[in-house]
Amino acid sequence: MDQDRIRVQTEDFSTEEETDKIKACSKRIGGIVNFLGTARDFSKGQEINHMFFDHYPGMAEKRLAEIREHALKDYDIIEVTIIHRVGEIAIGDNIVLIIVGAEHRKDAFRACSWCIDELKRITPIWKKETTPEGIVWVEEHP
Amino acid sequence: MVKVRFFAVLKSLVGKEEVSLDVEEGTTLAQLLEKLKMDLPPLDDILQKGGVLISVNQEVVDREAPIQDGDEIAFLPPFAGG
Repeated sequence: MDQDRIRVQTEDFSTEEETDKIKACSKRIGGIVNFLGTARDFSKGQEINHMFFDHYPGMAEKRLAEIREHALKDYDIIEVTIIHRVGEIAIGDNIVLIIVGAEHRKDAFRACSWCIDELKRITPIWKKETTPEGIVWVEEHP
Repeated sequence: MVKVRFFAVLKSLVGKEEVSLDVEEGTTLAQLLEKLKMDLPPLDDILQKGGVLISVNQEVVDREAPIQDGDEIAFLPPFAGG
């Protein structure tokens, strides 16, 4: 079950299907918050044609699992799913999905916000953007 | 023999995705880095610039960490997921 909740994959995911899975895991859930990160076509004043995500296989999954475990321990929530795509990503495509199910919305919002911040901080995933001027490996993560 | 891996921008800066080398018993990460810098000169600049974390067997460690035969060392530039 946990393996399904934490995934690093090249293929796209369905936000609806993943939300339904969270909803189905407990009847106590009264609020679900989704964070969906998508590929935008503009960054730091530059047009982006497409992007590529590299990752450290094994370590990236381990970090995401730790984030999920900490969120379940530190927030009053019921379940968390974290999925990150890697490889070539076209503009407008899905990149990352975090879904948090809780009894109440405030806990779900707080936990979801913490999860995406923590993902950016500790997960060995890297983004390369292709712009009309060339290729740039992104080092900042606002 | 240990395996050293480079990710993202470091692959192109170093010019390699991974290298393998022998280590003596009792070697620390700091000692391994000195050896690596001789074989891969761009590493010196990369490490001086800062911001690169180093992991041993997928755990981020400091320079005093012991290195053992069979370990996997990885150079991790600043993360940019999400």
